[in-house]
Amino acid sequence: MSKILQTIGLTKSFPGVLANDRVDLEIEEGEIHGLLGENGAGKSVLMSTIYGLYRPDKGKILIRGKEVVIDSPHTAIQHGIGMVHQNLTLVPSFRVWENIILGKEIKKGLFLDEKKVLRQLEELLKVANLEIDLRAKTEELSLGSQQRIEILKILYRGAETLIFDEPTTVLTPQEVDQLITTFRSLKKEGKTIIFISHKLKEVFAVCDRVTVLRKGKKIGTLPIGEATPEKLAEMMVGRKVLFSFPRGKKPGKEIILKLEDITTSEEKGKVALQNINFTLHAGEILGIAGVEGNGQRELAELLVGLIKARKGKIFFREEDITSLSPKERIKRGIAHIPEDRLRRGAIADFTVWENLIIGFEDQPPFVKGKLTFNHSFLKQFSSQKVKEFEIDTPGDDALLKNLSGGNQQRVVLARELSGNVFLLIASQPTRGLDIAATEYLRNKLLELKNQDKGIVLISADLDEVRSLSDRVLVLYEGKIMGELSPESDEYQFGLLMGGKNGNGGSI
Amino acid sequence: MAMGVPFKKSLSRFFVFPEIIAILLAFLIGALILVFSGYSPLVAFSALFRGAFGSRNAWGQTLTQATPILFTALAFLLTFRAGIFNIGVEGQFLMGAMASALAGVYFSGLPAPLHIALSLLLGGAMGALWGLIPALLKVYLGAHEVITTMMMSYIASYFTSYLVNYPFKAPGWVAQTENVAKTALLPKILPPTQLSLSFIIALFLSLLLSFFLFHTYFGFQIRAVGLNPGIAENRGIAIKNRQILAFILSGFIAGIGGGGEILGVHGRFVDGFSPGYGWDGIAVSLVGKLHPGGCILASILFGMLRAGGMTMTRVTKVPLDLSLIIQALVIILVSAPYFIKAIILRRKDF
Repeated sequence: MSKILQTIGLTKSFPGVLANDRVDLEIEEGEIHGLLGENGAGKSVLMSTIYGLYRPDKGKILIRGKEVVIDSPHTAIQHGIGMVHQNLTLVPSFRVWENIILGKEIKKGLFLDEKKVLRQLEELLKVANLEIDLRAKTEELSLGSQQRIEILKILYRGAETLIFDEPTTVLTPQEVDQLITTFRSLKKEGKTIIFISHKLKEVFAVCDRVTVLRKGKKIGTLPIGEATPEKLAEMMVGRKVLFSFPRGKKPGKEIILKLEDITTSEEKGKVALQNINFTLHAGEILGIAGVEGNGQRELAELLVGLIKARKGKIFFREEDITSLSPKERIKRGIAHIPEDRLRRGAIADFTVWENLIIGFEDQPPFVKGKLTFNHSFLKQFSSQKVKEFEIDTPGDDALLKNLSGGNQQRVVLARELSGNVFLLIASQPTRGLDIAATEYLRNKLLELKNQDKGIVLISADLDEVRSLSDRVLVLYEGKIMGELSPESDEYQFGLLMGGKNGNGGSI
Repeated sequence: MAMGVPFKKSLSRFFVFPEIIAILLAFLIGALILVFSGYSPLVAFSALFRGAFGSRNAWGQTLTQATPILFTALAFLLTFRAGIFNIGVEGQFLMGAMASALAGVYFSGLPAPLHIALSLLLGGAMGALWGLIPALLKVYLGAHEVITTMMMSYIASYFTSYLVNYPFKAPGWVAQTENVAKTALLPKILPPTQLSLSFIIALFLSLLLSFFLFHTYFGFQIRAVGLNPGIAENRGIAIKNRQILAFILSGFIAGIGGGGEILGVHGRFVDGFSPGYGWDGIAVSLVGKLHPGGCILASILFGMLRAGGMTMTRVTKVPLDLSLIIQALVIILVSAPYFIKAIILRRKDF
């Protein structure tokens, strides 16, 4: 094999940050190369430099051993390098084929030669082993399918090396599996893939070799056979990382939450919950497992009061809260980490301190008098939270959108845990977070458990559910398929998650 | 690309105020248009600036022109912050103006301060009512505010026109009401110009609105609802309630603005007295970066173009339309900050 792409001493700095510090990277032709690192390690900057979005301060880029200057994405694609960005760059109202050819149209006079384009694209689909309806409207497709359009876009332009910048962050687990299959078939076609990620599991599933970056420096490159999750995590974080957690003390007797025969009505775009019964004790983590879209979101919304039950009752510390508003539930000590941070958890264009008080803004001591903010208390409150939750921010006046995902999640957590909390509903709490941030959050959940709080942990990450929970319920099409102990084997989980009960029959 | 790095850096520091560049650029393009039409930009612009800021009277003119659009800008801004695109400010302004005019004409025997306050408050209340209708339609029936507020504007425009043409028409051939009572007239603060107490009220409302938005929890909730209704709902903020509140307050401000224009400048409701202050307010609000302080500056800029433009037309025969062209260019360029940056820095990696 030969080196298709190589960087020598690549250095790039931004005001105040050395994003890449003399990075030597070697990519072999036809391999799937993982590029690992925590948020801010410099992975995206390195790839953006290779893709021509940034110019390096120092260092060289070699393609097939020859030095090249890449000053724009256009030049990059001429050298056979294409990139699929984390945030997709498609025109939502266009058809799939229109998006693929946008910028490299085949014309017949004034018009697009639709027939010829479609013929070419069908060919491309076959070669790449991808399935997509070329005539579908882009905005109607799932994120996974939209990502496939991006892949086709760069293949159509003749890319040999495909860079994927954290492609799995926005995908559901099934879509991740599909993407990994796509990687394999692209490799079979002789393409080279650079896969940026901070999820070890995915890297182990598909990569041939991995390079780890930390704080702008290359820590090392190794074949996947020589790597272990512990070793890679240590290279990424710079210290030993916890993978298994001590389970902590046994749950107490006190009942925190009790659902009695809850059923919600069927609405467009929502899964109806059916006859849900469960009990949560103090000091207990109850895991909710299941394939996404089987009622997890609805369950969380039911518990915080955004969806009303059509039938059944919810008891919180022996009080019937079935008809209480979200506000009343917050006051009683129910906290919630929503699954979609920037849609339901925090406001990107608000400052850190503003985000820390959403939901408390109209209560003393946050207000003094009837209407006005008590700024000195707000200041004190937010700087205390920033310290307590180790939020890495230039100040509590910084806009939330300027913080990393992990720190945004800490802001949400800090807000939700202020006040006297008895119950935390954590929906996909570590999604999109890097290793250190994930570890922090999981530790925090255990800490809460040991303080006798009740926790409902809803997660699509089965490993996460199993390593933290005391008991696990499996949700399928809005129903609870069964309860398992976290030690049960993966096969049993798989059966329940697929809608089959323990007796092998399907419901 | 030939520029050195330090120069670029100093330029980008300058971009704390990209709006200033946008405004300068608008004047530059205006100058080119003047040259191509055979006028001297130097002469034209110096007349324009003299007409806008050259004397006490010029200032008076500029601020008089700025006053109504400052009111309407504040009104638009408040609803915008709540995530509502209220393009019906014009209607709220007109209804407020009519209510104030009628109160000024038909109430009598009141002492001046009371008569003024009552007339303005009635104007505000009428504007608020005109804002409440689309608010209720939106919140309870899901009718989109862009449609409803625009329609409400047309209704207001034709309805007030009907009122001054028929039931409340003063004798004579002009469609206008009787003059309001002397006790209802707002004091002029810079005679002989038309600048009235209305301008001070607008400034005061700007401060009040700024305080409301950034230092009270109502303002906080309105901004939260506007930026992210999802989390507002999640954290128990009453979204509908806050949107209705924003609409009412917005209408109230616009209504007072309409009243201030009648009681301060015209002294009666004259059919068609508003050249579209409500619509200009939207532009002023956006140029002012949706902040009350920014709106003050932007309204003065627009006021300057109107007041100075009249002088320019008188002195140099350059048509008033040039002022309007510059005004339009400012709006376009301010709303395209990236475009400006790209032009000046010619950098690729924005």
